Amino acid sequence: MDRFVWSSGLLEINETLVIQQRGVRLYDGEEKGKMDVGILLLSTHRLLWRDHKNHDCCIAMPLSQIVLFEEQAGGIGKSAKIVVHLHPAPSNKEPGPYQTSKYSYIKLSFKEHGQIEFSRRLSEEMTQRRWEHMPVSQPIYTSTTSQAGRMRAVGIVGIERKLEEKRKEMDKNISEAFEDLSKLMEKAKEMVELSRSIASKIKDKQGDITEDETIRFKSYLLSMGIANPVTRETHGSGTHYHMQLAKQLGEILLAPLEEQGGMMALTEVYCLVNRARGMELLSPEDLVNACKMFEALKLPLRLRIFDSGVMVIQLQSHSEEEMIASALDNVSEKGSLTSEEFAKLLGLSVLLSKERLLLAEKMGHLCRDDSVEGLRFYPNLF
Amino acid sequence: MSTVFQAKYKERGTVLAEDQIVQMSKQLETFKTHLEEFASKHKQEIRKSAQFRVQFQDMCATIGVDPLASGKGFWSEMLGVGDFYYELGVQIIEVCLALKHRNGGLITLEELHQRVLKGRGKFAQDVSQDDLIRAIKKLKAMGNGFGMIPVGGTYLVQSVPAELNMDHTVVLQLAEKKGFVTVSEIKTSLKWETERTCHVLDDLLKEGLAWLDGQAAGEPQYWLPALFSELCSRDVTPEEASEMVP
Repeated sequence: MDRFVWSSGLLEINETLVIQQRGVRLYDGEEKGKMDVGILLLSTHRLLWRDHKNHDCCIAMPLSQIVLFEEQAGGIGKSAKIVVHLHPAPSNKEPGPYQTSKYSYIKLSFKEHGQIEFSRRLSEEMTQRRWEHMPVSQPIYTSTTSQAGRMRAVGIVGIERKLEEKRKEMDKNISEAFEDLSKLMEKAKEMVELSRSIASKIKDKQGDITEDETIRFKSYLLSMGIANPVTRETHGSGTHYHMQLAKQLGEILLAPLEEQGGMMALTEVYCLVNRARGMELLSPEDLVNACKMFEALKLPLRLRIFDSGVMVIQLQSHSEEEMIASALDNVSEKGSLTSEEFAKLLGLSVLLSKERLLLAEKMGHLCRDDSVEGLRFYPNLF
Repeated sequence: MSTVFQAKYKERGTVLAEDQIVQMSKQLETFKTHLEEFASKHKQEIRKSAQFRVQFQDMCATIGVDPLASGKGFWSEMLGVGDFYYELGVQIIEVCLALKHRNGGLITLEELHQRVLKGRGKFAQDVSQDDLIRAIKKLKAMGNGFGMIPVGGTYLVQSVPAELNMDHTVVLQLAEKKGFVTVSEIKTSLKWETERTCHVLDDLLKEGLAWLDGQAAGEPQYWLPALFSELCSRDVTPEEASEMVP
């Protein structure tokens, strides 16, 4: 906290306010400090803080003092914080609230939230470094350093210079990357416009599109990540890629499905398949689109969507009647079952066992007792 | 249309769809080359910089392209964006599954972020909250009720298909500050009658999203494990960590 100086809080000419946030307390390193809660302000040149009760109490610190900062998530009883690591204060610094500090960092504690946005803006200002090319009327620190000051800082100067160089290089790389990215996006935009033109022509039947060409068009859309404008289907459904994928899944999922009682949640399948692949992973949509083709390709699996929205892969051989009959048997034998108990009995996930019980209920074989203690199913004797 | 009319139409110079498809195929090849060039220079940027990823995603959205739609897409294959987010999806599912018995399928974005980072290990690529949010949006395609509920400046991530309507959401938001809520707090802040209040709280209890503390001084408290689990399973504090060997 010894990097701060007393300030009038007035902005200089060429200095602009970027963002301000109420309810912020400053910490000197780990210690709470003598300041109360106040308003934190970020300008193009400085970080300022004003006491919320006593407006005359205002302190400021140049952004050039900042080496780097990081966010610290909050929790219950703990506000979110930003930890700001600082260069040592120059010896000719104007007086401030702290003469010395044993810490080289401060913490900004956001008692009324706002940390996410503040952090984002601070990051922008630290990247743009506008204070470097927008001189203010009054220099915030004088540039002459005394001999003693230079000697005190001597060990750190080398490290600081390296950080500075690294930062400049990073900035250069990033801005070049952004430039190249913009150019690339311009070209991608052309592709999108072309695909829209094609789609509208297909709709207006301007030309003879063969089935083959349709499939090809779909695969182009898939490559670019453009939603099919004609049918509004999810990206690239019904392409060769998804057919291949469906066949692969038809093979590798047989054993796991048998083990899990003939049914697996789609999210489980997603994890299973992608963990096995390691690279060139499937997107969630790839998986869904491939599974939709099981029936058409006469594979022994089916994609099924329950009323609740849960999506599962089911073995064709495990018929619905069988599942319901066995659920009824289990419940009758035990008198009644909750989803958790049923899950333990069958070695299934709670999610899927609940779906089975719900299905049996829907078919009229079970009835429910819904209380705050949980949902329990009984054989339907009505 | 008759064939004569069609021929006349073609003569007029209107480009037909099938011709445009051929044109698209050629343009696609060119685009692929540009993308390869971009990848050779900046592929690292995507993996290293969360800021860059945000920019990239925003630009794609603006022009109408979804780089995460398919693992077979160019973006995924050449820039590796796909693997980054799909793997993150796997990690998110696994964390949610592991904690579901405790929090009923509701978890704060912060806690999810912390646990995913921990699971990824020291040497893995850093991920930001924005990355998590994008991965979660993609997971929605697989049903299973993945969604995000805004509360107090952050989000609660839902990973079970519980039907949460506005009433449930508003109570969750009210509970965010302290991790629990009482019937009278709800009635005072939201101006609801007792029946509506109890109905919503019962729903939350049934779904396993809330626990009842009947022993609390005064009136019973309804705790939301999603909001207080950080406190219960407290990890090592920074002070304790600095005393340990790195």
